[in-house]
Amino acid sequence: MTQLSVPWRPRAKQQHGPMAALVAGFAKALYATFAPLVRAFPGPLLIGAIVTVIVGVWANYLVFEFVDTALVAADTNVVAETGLFGGLLAITEVRAGLIAAGVPGAGTLCYLLYPLQYGLVRDVIGAGGLLGFISVIPLYVIWWERKVAGRIQSRTGPMRVGGWHGWSQSMADGIKLICKEDLCPADADRPLFKLAPYLAFVPAILAFFALPFGTYWVFREVDVALVFILAMLGIEVLGVILAGWASNNKWSVYGAMREACQMVSYEIPMGMALLIPIMAVGTLSLTELGDTQSGGWTSWIVFRNPFTFVAAIAYYIASLANCKRAPFDLPESESELVAGFHTEYSGFRWSLFFFGEYAAMFVVSGLCVILFFGAWYSPLPMSLAESWGLGDSLIARAIKGLLFAGPLWFVGKCVFLLYVQIWIRWTLPRIRIDQVLYACIQVLLPLMMVVLMGHTLYELFVPTHGLVWSIFNIILSLIGAVAVLGMIFIATYGFWNRVGLVGSLGVETLPGS
Amino acid sequence: MSEIALETRPDPLAGTDKSEQGDVRTEEMLVNMGPQHPATHGVLRIVLRTDGELVLEAVPHIGYLHRCAEKIGENLAPYQYIPYTDRMDYLAGMNNNQAFAIAIERLAGVEVPLRAQYIRVMFAELNRIASHLVAFGTYGLDMGAFTPFLYAFREREMILDLFESACGARLTYSYITIGGVTDDLPDRFLEVLDEFMDYFEPKIDEYNQLLSFNQIFVKRTADVGVISAEDAVRWALTGPVLRASGVNWDLRKSTPYEIYDRFDFDIPIGLPGGSEGVPRAVVVGDSWNRHIVKVWEMRQSCRIIRQAMEQMPEGPHIAAKTKNLKLPDDEIYIEIENPRGQLGFYVRGDGTQIPSRVKVRGPSFCNISVLNHIGSGCLLADIPAIVGSIDIVMGECDR
Amino acid sequence: MAPEEICIILKQEFGDAVADTVLSARRPYAVIAIDRWRDVAAFLRDDGRMRFNMLQCITSLDLVKENKLAAVYDLFSVPVVGVGPCAVLRHHFAVRVEVDRDNPHLPTVSHIWPAADWHEREAFDLMGIVFDGHSDLTRILCPDDWVGHPLRKDYEFPLEYHGIPANTEHEINSPRH
Repeated sequence: MTQLSVPWRPRAKQQHGPMAALVAGFAKALYATFAPLVRAFPGPLLIGAIVTVIVGVWANYLVFEFVDTALVAADTNVVAETGLFGGLLAITEVRAGLIAAGVPGAGTLCYLLYPLQYGLVRDVIGAGGLLGFISVIPLYVIWWERKVAGRIQSRTGPMRVGGWHGWSQSMADGIKLICKEDLCPADADRPLFKLAPYLAFVPAILAFFALPFGTYWVFREVDVALVFILAMLGIEVLGVILAGWASNNKWSVYGAMREACQMVSYEIPMGMALLIPIMAVGTLSLTELGDTQSGGWTSWIVFRNPFTFVAAIAYYIASLANCKRAPFDLPESESELVAGFHTEYSGFRWSLFFFGEYAAMFVVSGLCVILFFGAWYSPLPMSLAESWGLGDSLIARAIKGLLFAGPLWFVGKCVFLLYVQIWIRWTLPRIRIDQVLYACIQVLLPLMMVVLMGHTLYELFVPTHGLVWSIFNIILSLIGAVAVLGMIFIATYGFWNRVGLVGSLGVETLPGS
Repeated sequence: MSEIALETRPDPLAGTDKSEQGDVRTEEMLVNMGPQHPATHGVLRIVLRTDGELVLEAVPHIGYLHRCAEKIGENLAPYQYIPYTDRMDYLAGMNNNQAFAIAIERLAGVEVPLRAQYIRVMFAELNRIASHLVAFGTYGLDMGAFTPFLYAFREREMILDLFESACGARLTYSYITIGGVTDDLPDRFLEVLDEFMDYFEPKIDEYNQLLSFNQIFVKRTADVGVISAEDAVRWALTGPVLRASGVNWDLRKSTPYEIYDRFDFDIPIGLPGGSEGVPRAVVVGDSWNRHIVKVWEMRQSCRIIRQAMEQMPEGPHIAAKTKNLKLPDDEIYIEIENPRGQLGFYVRGDGTQIPSRVKVRGPSFCNISVLNHIGSGCLLADIPAIVGSIDIVMGECDR
Repeated sequence: MAPEEICIILKQEFGDAVADTVLSARRPYAVIAIDRWRDVAAFLRDDGRMRFNMLQCITSLDLVKENKLAAVYDLFSVPVVGVGPCAVLRHHFAVRVEVDRDNPHLPTVSHIWPAADWHEREAFDLMGIVFDGHSDLTRILCPDDWVGHPLRKDYEFPLEYHGIPANTEHEINSPRH
């Protein structure tokens, strides 16, 4: 045994800065205000919050739409064009328009609606909503992951914070992380070390700005949204490499190099898999890609032909590697590299990596849903909704949003794919770096080349909606339906027939045993 | 007798000179794995010389948990030393108690009642299961699979509950003592144990499905860290590590102590790939075999426990007058089969109550010494696979 | 093979090198002279009648009365698949080598049994027996800069180590070591 000669002496007392005191005071005040409320009504608060968010977002959308119609109504000669400095109507004109539209309280409302005609104002509101959504997603994906992991491992997961199944556990963890000391190793490259988490976090957030949640539910309609999102996901690796390098820790460097190696190699099959739906539809715009899949589940691109089916699976595997999720979590494999690239990080910076990772998980799941799994459309075809003749009232829209198409469907599908990611993570062991590269270069890459070539020929020579096309389409659709229904059946069967431990060994509350 | 030439160890650097191979020249890096590292099962420190992901040399350094157990043994009467023994291999306290108790009994000539021997064997085997469960679970953790760990601990908790009902402790039992066991079995113990055995045996299949035969797991462990039978014997590896190399050697069979000759059980040994129930990629003596031998041993322990439960005789649970034993001026060295290998106790008396020398031969100590021999030339991710499959407990390695 | 027979063979082969045989004890052993110990060790491993292929343990002893240190080697013969008929031997034997307490030098056997490597380091660390020819004879359990060999009977425990108090006041007043 070799002893490092470190002189032993008591540590000096830690001095807290004013910022730490401020944050701690804020957290305490928050806790004192909300804890009694949360304790009293845990369930209703959670469900209420979710409903409020949905209704709020929807109402926001309705208001924008209303403003546009109101403006048009105010002056039919003026097209309601909005721009950075292009406010076209005076307040009086807005009021006149509102009065003409018969809206009560037009005198007050006009002051509220007036700023909304500016694009900048609208963007700020939209970006605020989106950022709020993005910050809530990782919190709840982490909570969801911990609950699912708990159930898989026959325990309960977080149960305390917030009362109902620990639903606010992640927020409590977040507050804890913010209050923790922000450590930077003495020999680290300080500026790069501090920069790295943002480089990992910001691109994942930016990707959301081009990700459509519905036909009109997109912050910026970009013609090349797919390329933009892929580029943003590609930048994330830079943050990770920077973090590994700047930490001045050999384990971190290992993690960073593994991440670089893995990302660079898996981007190729991932990109090739994404080319296939693009080829099938002929556009790079995610909104258009999504809208071609409105004809029920048989029209989803994944069931279109065997090549898209394989491409969907290949994309999913590559996206796991891209998000460094198990079994590809080598960059942070805790049993080999301590914690990989974020070994030296603590507190808020550490949590930024996790925000980035979970946001990226959502983005790749979202891409998968848009490109392969019917985007924001339900398995029912939109033509059915039109045949019902629902009209355009608010209630009709709500029914359409719940049954046929809407952001709820999109988020729901994303959550399901996230669940699959979590499920895989808590079931499989991790693979080794040479196996990661083998799987990519010798299996996925040749496979995707064949699939790409095959799909090209298929699109060329097999007539769309012809006999061969339809047979493949129907068979694949049935496979998909059977898979999903089978999964639901097995889960339900397992839930109803779950057994506790025998006799005196049994603990009643132990789930999944 | 001719002089035997000193055997030279293979140079780990041989054939890695990149300038000769025309490859890109890379720089070697010394990496310190441990003593605080999640995969080193305690405070083992391994100094790795690496070339990228390739490990050229892995030198284990121990001693971070040295607690002078042997020196303490020279200052305490044997019955006082019993609680120190289960702090050595803290995952198999019963077996450690048993080893020391047998050493003292043989030295001082204490006759152990038959019921006590049955109880001892039963608890030793239960503890073997508990210890192998930890090994199984933590090996899953080393491979990045979290779930098997919690499954294994779920069942281990039940064994610990059984231990708690018998002796009040869940980790450091001091239950097996000189001349027998400290207390007789509690009421209904055998019924609950029977219930547990019925519950536990099918669970072994569940473990295998979840981890042992998982394709990724097999790919990670098969043909990794292969120890040939000759090497295993030369390096004095014992326990599952030795048996995984294909050597049929188990002290419970070869030199039965206590009453192990009364039971019918098999010694699982490592099998080559393609045998029944063994994946094709597997090689005798690799990490996968070291893992699966432990799983198979759990089954055999179940068999022994069931037989012990059936044959359990009535009678006293401890020999009379064991407290103030005078140790004769003589010495003894005994070994028993610990979950990790052969645990040896050397005790030397000098006519007083206090032994003049106590020496512990820890199986982990010997088993981990082979790491440098097999660890050079593998990948970085294989080091946890090898260390985890050797299954060390640093408490006993450093004593 | 019984220990008696092993002792007879050893005496035939090495004559005076077998200084003593203790067969009446609970654990029979032979005492071997230092200068022939390497030959005896090689013989024990390689001879067809012996085949002690496994060195289980090296126990170091402090024999204060005789002013000697001793190392006891516990040897097993373990059947190895594919080594031949000798593999079926399953016997156990112990060899004791005694060395002067003031100048404790023993030849290493780590080239004969690699298992001896760490055991010899441990004996060096805790008892202070120097094994000549060992490739890396450094402390293994204690820190490198530790003073003294703790298992010797006349060892005095240091009061502090790098400023860390290493002894309680009670034990300073009434040492038990």
